[in-house]
Amino acid sequence: MAYLDHAASTPMLPEAVATVTTALTAALSAAGNASSLHAGGRQARRVVEESREQLASALGARPSEVIFTGSGTESDNLAVKGIWWARRAADPRRTRILASAVEHHAVLDAVEWLASHEGASVDWLPVGVDGRLDPEVLRAAIERDPSDVALVTVMWANNEVGTVQPVHQLVEVAHEYDLPFHSDAVQAVGQLPVDVGGCGVDALTLAGHKLGGPLGVGALLLGRDVECVPLLHGGGQERDVRSGTLDTPAVAGLAVAASLAVERQAELHARLSALRDDLVRRVQAAVPDAVLNGVPLGQAHRLPGNAHFSFPGCEGDSLLLLLDAKGVEVSTGSACSAGVARPSHVLLAMGADEQAARSSLRFSLGHSSTRADVDALVEVLPSVVDRARRAGLPALRR
Amino acid sequence: MKLLAALSGGVDSAVAAAHAVEAGHDVTAVHLALSSSPATLRSGSRGCCSKEDARDASRVADLLDIPFYVWDLADRFRQDVIDGFVAEYAAGRTPNPCLRCNEKIKFTAVLDRALALGFDAVVTGHHARLSDGDLRRSVDLDKDQSYVLAVLTPEQLAGTVLPLGSLTKTQVRAEASARGLAVADKPDSHDICFIADGDTAGFLRQRLGAQPGPVVDALSGAVVGGHDGAYAYTVGQRRGLALTVPAPDGRPRYVLSVEPVTRTVTVGPGEALEVSEIRASRPGWLAAAELPLTCQVQLRAHGAVHDCVVHAEADGWRLDLATPARGVAPGQAAVLYDGDRVLASATVEGSSSG
Repeated sequence: MAYLDHAASTPMLPEAVATVTTALTAALSAAGNASSLHAGGRQARRVVEESREQLASALGARPSEVIFTGSGTESDNLAVKGIWWARRAADPRRTRILASAVEHHAVLDAVEWLASHEGASVDWLPVGVDGRLDPEVLRAAIERDPSDVALVTVMWANNEVGTVQPVHQLVEVAHEYDLPFHSDAVQAVGQLPVDVGGCGVDALTLAGHKLGGPLGVGALLLGRDVECVPLLHGGGQERDVRSGTLDTPAVAGLAVAASLAVERQAELHARLSALRDDLVRRVQAAVPDAVLNGVPLGQAHRLPGNAHFSFPGCEGDSLLLLLDAKGVEVSTGSACSAGVARPSHVLLAMGADEQAARSSLRFSLGHSSTRADVDALVEVLPSVVDRARRAGLPALRR
Repeated sequence: MKLLAALSGGVDSAVAAAHAVEAGHDVTAVHLALSSSPATLRSGSRGCCSKEDARDASRVADLLDIPFYVWDLADRFRQDVIDGFVAEYAAGRTPNPCLRCNEKIKFTAVLDRALALGFDAVVTGHHARLSDGDLRRSVDLDKDQSYVLAVLTPEQLAGTVLPLGSLTKTQVRAEASARGLAVADKPDSHDICFIADGDTAGFLRQRLGAQPGPVVDALSGAVVGGHDGAYAYTVGQRRGLALTVPAPDGRPRYVLSVEPVTRTVTVGPGEALEVSEIRASRPGWLAAAELPLTCQVQLRAHGAVHDCVVHAEADGWRLDLATPARGVAPGQAAVLYDGDRVLASATVEGSSSG
């Protein structure tokens, strides 16, 4: 079995499993709602607050800036909708959202919802063929009318093609106009240096299961002075921004995993970059017409674990099925809840045509990846591509 | 064998896949997404390809412990089945979209891709039997689907496995229940899957727009009413005629013909629907036979069977029926049987009382 889908979910770190297990085991003897005032509550609260401090420290934020949530999707929705609502409440003219055209659906669909239900206007900022957003494109979009912009949201690194955005420069541009900046950094934390304080981002999304923590927990790092209207109302937990009893074991697991991921980031980056470069070269040797999408090899602006290809004449679906049957687990890079693969909006935004978008496959490496995973892929890939090519793209076979 | 099981999320395809697994085959499941904007939940027996159906299908695959994928065939379904359905009605004909879906989607798009990907055959939950290359009726005549499979070619049938043909629907449900498949009690689907509310006339009106025209009585030649679109009428239809002039003989009126160019719907008494001679085109043979041929013909899904003699004509067949058939519309399939064995199929072009 070769697992090449770490961008979808990466295995939990053993230390995080141990932390979650310890916290769950403690719950056997002490029922602890972190909001309760008795000893058991205090114990749970201590775990939560120490986790908050640990996570804040790992990402250069202050503990009060950590809002624990249930997922990256929730964090993105909270940031985009909550900041938009707050900005509009403060100044009714501020209804325009500036977002990159390659955002994850958690941002993209939240923005579209604001447009269709709340009267937001949206500028989808175009990217280059490598998926990068030029800060001058952002500046030009703001300049059209700086007084009507509610917020800017640009992901730190793309989940499909792995393109890393120039977030520091983008934040600088937004801040010249006093505009709040949110970044979905779900793919970035643990793979790239992410320092919230250092870059001044106003809101940043992360998710447990992308960095070696548990599923079902995420966080929004939200600047202390950033107004954000809650999505969930109730007990007033998490600065009144996100009500709901916290999942103490998951929060603890997330903090430990994030802390370790950040500590090991430079080493992981070096190791995965080398492994990924090897994967790319061997895939291109095995399938000479395979096209690497996104940032070319040797340039820095790509996630170290990401390799994203189009295989001309093949359908991504077919490649996935055939590789799965050979024990190689990959992704077409975009899936929806019905399991139907659609041509990726990311590739289309990068100028790919629909056929190229449908013929794509994402290989993503993570902390447990080894050379043996790449060997397993490269061994079966030529025959799989050959077969998928014979099955063809349906539209070409009519 | 390496088999690809098409799982709709219904009970038949689930039990068919289970049979294939238990027979020792290497089975992979696919669910066909035929709508580009699937509804979240299914409503009763209508519609298809909701996310709930996809989930039901994936749960069947879980229980059978076989890989499961969703194949997006929405574009091809729209082009080959839905657009064709609308065009046929616009031309005054009566298409059978299930038959077209079998012909173009399940046993062309899916089968071709399956074979290319290295599968030996496709497994479906159709109620029909395949033995020694012959396509035969299901033992459950109420559920028999040989009629909508008769358009397939021998090559397509060679790549098809139909495990359910010797089971009744009751047995299929009992087997599903015994295997713990949650779809055991799921309602049968009927009606047209892509018209979720069952309002075919409304669906066509939306696509084709209002095209008002006269309703003419065949006996008197008089205009006896009007309509918003001839495409909403099918030969043999009685309900929904809204005649403004009573029939001279006081008897019920039926649609006898639909003429799209003049937008004329002709109505008449029931016996005027009876035909004993049918012309059919585009014949496709599953069994060897020589014309003229004495056999039986079926003219619609679950319709009556008529003894007939098939004669060769320049562009197809002339069928002489031993007993008259009622309400035969152009566009329907004429399927020839020898007992329970399918011989051939063709498309009805016209009919007369002979």
